Amino acid sequence: MTAVLKHELSNYFHSFTAYIFSAFLLAFVGIGAMLYNIQSAVANFEYVLRFVCLGFVIIIPILTMRVIAEERKQKTDQLLYSLPIKTSQIILGKYLALLIVYLIPLCIVALYPLIFAQFGDVYLVTSYGSLFAFFLMGAALIAIGTFISSLTENQGLAAGIAIPVILLNYYSVTLAEYVSSTALGSALTLIVLAVLLGVIVNHLTKNGNLAYGVGIGLTLLIGVIYYVDSSKFEGLLPNVMKQLSLFERFYTFVNGVFDLTAIVYDVTVIVFFLFLSVQSLEKRRYN
Amino acid sequence: MITVEHLTKCYGDFMAVNDLSFEIDEGHVYGFLGPNGAGKSTTMNIMTGCLSATQGHVRIDGYDIFEEPEKAKKLIGYLPELPPLYLNETPVEYLKFVGAAKGLKGQELHRQIDEVIEQTKIGHVKNRLIANLSKGYKQRVGIAQALLGNPKVIILDEPTVGLDPIQIIEIRDLIRQLGQTHTVILSSHILSEVQAICEKVLIIAKGKLVAFDAPENLEKLLLASNGITFTAEASVEEVDEIMKGIEPEVQWECGEAEDGMVLVRVKTESAEVRELCRQIFFAFAGKQRAILEMTSKKANLEDVFIELTEGDASAVQEESEEESLPEGKNTDESEVSEA
Repeated sequence: MTAVLKHELSNYFHSFTAYIFSAFLLAFVGIGAMLYNIQSAVANFEYVLRFVCLGFVIIIPILTMRVIAEERKQKTDQLLYSLPIKTSQIILGKYLALLIVYLIPLCIVALYPLIFAQFGDVYLVTSYGSLFAFFLMGAALIAIGTFISSLTENQGLAAGIAIPVILLNYYSVTLAEYVSSTALGSALTLIVLAVLLGVIVNHLTKNGNLAYGVGIGLTLLIGVIYYVDSSKFEGLLPNVMKQLSLFERFYTFVNGVFDLTAIVYDVTVIVFFLFLSVQSLEKRRYN
Repeated sequence: MITVEHLTKCYGDFMAVNDLSFEIDEGHVYGFLGPNGAGKSTTMNIMTGCLSATQGHVRIDGYDIFEEPEKAKKLIGYLPELPPLYLNETPVEYLKFVGAAKGLKGQELHRQIDEVIEQTKIGHVKNRLIANLSKGYKQRVGIAQALLGNPKVIILDEPTVGLDPIQIIEIRDLIRQLGQTHTVILSSHILSEVQAICEKVLIIAKGKLVAFDAPENLEKLLLASNGITFTAEASVEEVDEIMKGIEPEVQWECGEAEDGMVLVRVKTESAEVRELCRQIFFAFAGKQRAILEMTSKKANLEDVFIELTEGDASAVQEESEEESLPEGKNTDESEVSEA
């Protein structure tokens, strides 16, 4: 794992990736700090972070697009498969390298509240609590980006998928207000998702029976629950969309609440998507 | 050393490898031979743990590649068909990564890197970007990577493809050297290459093993179908006239006469090719007709190969005919290596 970690790190610093990522992040934070802390003379550094997090839509895909896609393109994934290291170690090494690249500009950003504290009262606890949550949210988005990069061998496509996915997550709370909150609407959406899941299972396993089983089974289950007690689906869809938002959970920190469930959620997202990345890499062996 | 048992690999309905079983002993150079799409690369990918098998087992020195992959992979150095290189690194950086991933550390890592750089003769390019190296040097860096960690088995998938004749000779010499201390398995569709460096040959066609023996023994398998080709300074009629006088009777065919010269191909079932050459020579000399060039061709691995893979199916036959085309070039190369 350390070999992969070192190799990835040297790669990021030999190419422009690490520098571009840091430059963008620092520029966003700088603009935010100027607008809020300097021009508006607000003492809350967390508002800057809240302002910056839209920037993740662009900078996270820049960071993660090549991480696995490039290996596939250059056919170096074959080298990784033939080396005596586990796939999970490869993914973990690559992910930790990404985290380090992400942490470096954040270390610089961590100085800002201290600097501002020289000129007035800054709520340091909220600032650093938010910075911590900011780091975790970014880490979760990087895990998602890593997984998306493992799906394709085209870097551009990986970024092209990651940008709308993160954007959708960013706006999911806003969008939740527009989606149907009736029981029927939620049930129908779930049926569509069940069918989609069936299609994905069919694509991954090439097992038609299993796919039909999953698709039809879930559809029937939803139908039965709807028939028995349709109120269970009332407002389900908007609620789920609100729950899934990584950004919404970060805002609780900005509002001065240290929310443990948000931390658990971020860590769950990280573990889940890293697990999927390992599976995605393993799956190539079974093609 | 390596045991492959009932190996099967299916891609959907297509069987790339079909119930393949063989055993490989320590310390020889093995050639893996087959037409395109025969399943060579698939088998090698499975043996090195890059690909899963639908059925069957591969054991490297007793370790199952699927159940104890880390231990098994430590015993193997693998060069895939396309050398898996990070183009934006120098060979030294690249080898450092591969060595570290193979578990080498500190002094030992540097010592082994120096050693493989020496062995593959990439010393003068070791600090240049891999992207700027020629194909031959990229191939060498790929081989150097396989040698790191001093594995017992080295598996090379078509190591000489796309190299110029001089590079081919150098890589072959390197493989021969490696064969003295390691078990080397190389795949190729170049028959002369396998004939030149391998002690044993596995021929596979359509995912099945069709022959496994030393090249000399494989040649013996084949009925002698010897032939002589010569260019004579004579007209076609004169050649026919002279050839009729040869005892015992032989079959021949003439090419078109050009500049007063004609190319003649003679087929014989007899093993006494030399005697026949002498007869033809004197027969032409007696008629005051010069023979400008004469070569005799013994049955070689190519014939064995075509016969074994042809018998299987027409699809394979077509491919093996395609294979025999580049073979013409490769014979030239082997002549270069002998010169």
